[in-house]
Amino acid sequence: MDHAILAAAAPGVAADFSQETIWASIVKAVLIVVFLLTSVLFAIWFERKVVARMQVRPGPNWHGPFGLLQSLADAMKLLLKEDMTVTRADKLVYLLAPMISVFCSLLVFAVIPFGPSLPFPWTDWTTPAQLTDFPVATLYILAAASLGVYGIVLGGWSSGSTYPLLGSVRSTAQVISYELAMGLSLVSVFIMAGSMSTSQIVSSQTQIWWFIPLAPAFVIYVISMIGETNRLPFDLPEAEGELVSGYMTEYSSMKFAWFFLAEYINMLNVSAVCVTLFLGGWRAPVPEGFLGGALNEGWLPIIWFLVKLWAVMFVFVWVRGTLLRLRYDQFMVFGWKVLIPVALAWVVVLAVVQWLQRVQGVTYQQFIPVIVGAAVVFVAVMWFWPEKKAPPAGEAEKETVDAFAGGFPVPPLPGEKLPPSKRFGKEVTGE
Amino acid sequence: MTPAGLEISGGETVLFWVVAPLMVLAALGLLFVRRAVHAAMCLVFVMVSMAILYIAQEAPFLGVVQVVVYTGAVMMLFLFVLMLVGVDASDSLTETIRGQRWVGLLIGLGLALVLGGVVGRAAFPPGVGLAGGDPGGVANPQALARVLFGDYVLAMEAVGVLLVTAAVGALVLTHRRRLTPKQNQRTVAEARVKALSQGVTLTPLPSPGVYATSNAMDTPALGPDGEQVPQSVSRVLRIRGQERPAPHTAVALVENQADRGTEEES
Repeated sequence: MDHAILAAAAPGVAADFSQETIWASIVKAVLIVVFLLTSVLFAIWFERKVVARMQVRPGPNWHGPFGLLQSLADAMKLLLKEDMTVTRADKLVYLLAPMISVFCSLLVFAVIPFGPSLPFPWTDWTTPAQLTDFPVATLYILAAASLGVYGIVLGGWSSGSTYPLLGSVRSTAQVISYELAMGLSLVSVFIMAGSMSTSQIVSSQTQIWWFIPLAPAFVIYVISMIGETNRLPFDLPEAEGELVSGYMTEYSSMKFAWFFLAEYINMLNVSAVCVTLFLGGWRAPVPEGFLGGALNEGWLPIIWFLVKLWAVMFVFVWVRGTLLRLRYDQFMVFGWKVLIPVALAWVVVLAVVQWLQRVQGVTYQQFIPVIVGAAVVFVAVMWFWPEKKAPPAGEAEKETVDAFAGGFPVPPLPGEKLPPSKRFGKEVTGE
Repeated sequence: MTPAGLEISGGETVLFWVVAPLMVLAALGLLFVRRAVHAAMCLVFVMVSMAILYIAQEAPFLGVVQVVVYTGAVMMLFLFVLMLVGVDASDSLTETIRGQRWVGLLIGLGLALVLGGVVGRAAFPPGVGLAGGDPGGVANPQALARVLFGDYVLAMEAVGVLLVTAAVGALVLTHRRRLTPKQNQRTVAEARVKALSQGVTLTPLPSPGVYATSNAMDTPALGPDGEQVPQSVSRVLRIRGQERPAPHTAVALVENQADRGTEEES
């Protein structure tokens, strides 16, 4: 979009785009696309390798050093495969859906700061290491994510087949419910940072990274980001055991590759957002003022950003290697009855605390007795909360059952008893 | 970007002339396409293009919120319902209310006249841009927040209460009292064990037979006694009569073995 206008109309943004030319923007945009595509190739290898090590097997190790070229070979294979279109498909939408997915997933990295302003040697020209930024950059990320779902939903619908349709219906419900929790967890970062611009949020984390004071919001964000990208344990739209491959069952060759690409770019997207909003963005993991701040200047911060990004990606793979898929009803109950209420309550608590601090001028020292008091009350209530009583046993008259129902000898179920034995006069009951 | 007479940049003009005709096409498509999902897609296109124009006109908050709320949530719920009508279903064009087409056409014409009149009589002063309308030079969302939660806080709260009332109303309308005890994993398992005596199995049904000549799912497996196991073929295939008998050579083989086994035992 019109970049110059965005940059000029952004007083609430920390990054300085005043020296930006149209050519710099174009070069950055191309670099971001190249970065994303190579990262996806690496991410596929990374995921397969890490999961393999967790399952005590070597993983891809044949093509290239450490099997690094494996995903390149897989990509070439996908491109050369036969491109099938289902006869009953809605041709136009069927073709459009993977394009929407990839296009929307490429949008997010435009506002992710890779570093502070980059100096170029032998010139006095500097440029921020991010394509653009504006006062509502984080909302823009949410918008791009919510548009990306159209790819999944339309892909499932247009295939004209049952499993893809089920996958896309699941995906709609899933994204709507988990985006609410995700948005609410981001709100607490907005409250603390006082801005929705990504560069401003990063520069607000000089003292402390937000994942420490906002730990509940961070946990909610991590859970909902996995739900948002359809990854295990929340991969219900493409659950292999239930829906073959969900919304992409009827896709093959290049179109399938695009869905695949979009899924991995989305993983990178939510990881980058996590790093930017909660893990200090490009800031070095050292206290403020360490070495005179030399670690947070120039080109070095890009390395910190990438290290953090891949740490979050590792969590994705780790979770996938550890957890099983949730049942659909449990998944929805978890989203609506646990995540959203907790996120709402947390935002209210945080807003009250911020109001007390900023408007009423309450200091941290005055908060300590309140927090300790609340903790004591909580522990006391938990301590004296009556335990759930076990259902009273032996009250109801036990029912005598036919020990050979259907011709098989059957043991008594709880609450039943067998007829008295003729041989010993004993009575056998279920527990 | 001076307050008096904002100069529209060339880029913005090009953007407008690329996006606006496409928007008009999509809006017409909304009226004329046959399938409901295609109409929804046209609407989504109009919404997103409108967001692009908002952002180009220095209202990034409005543009982005338009996509998040309307395209991302409201339209997605619409699509959720529309999807369930299936790919090859088209809207029926029969009139359910007599004369509704003419009434609709008349109302639409009236609306077009009113809107045309309003647009025709409107005066267009030169644009002033954000610098002219934004007090104190604060960023767009902050200025909006000040207006919404400062000047119009009562109206905001009233709208919030109304929305919550509507949500609670929807919950009350769809609420049903639970008449039977809640099913959980344990009760389901217990019910299955209880149903054992009615011939229900706890384990999965046996899989179809795999033979040298066929391993399709329409060929039943053989039991240890050489009898074909009917449950090993899908119930649908059995009802349709698409079941095939197990190869007779295999049946003979198993029966032979079974006979030999009984002879050895006796």
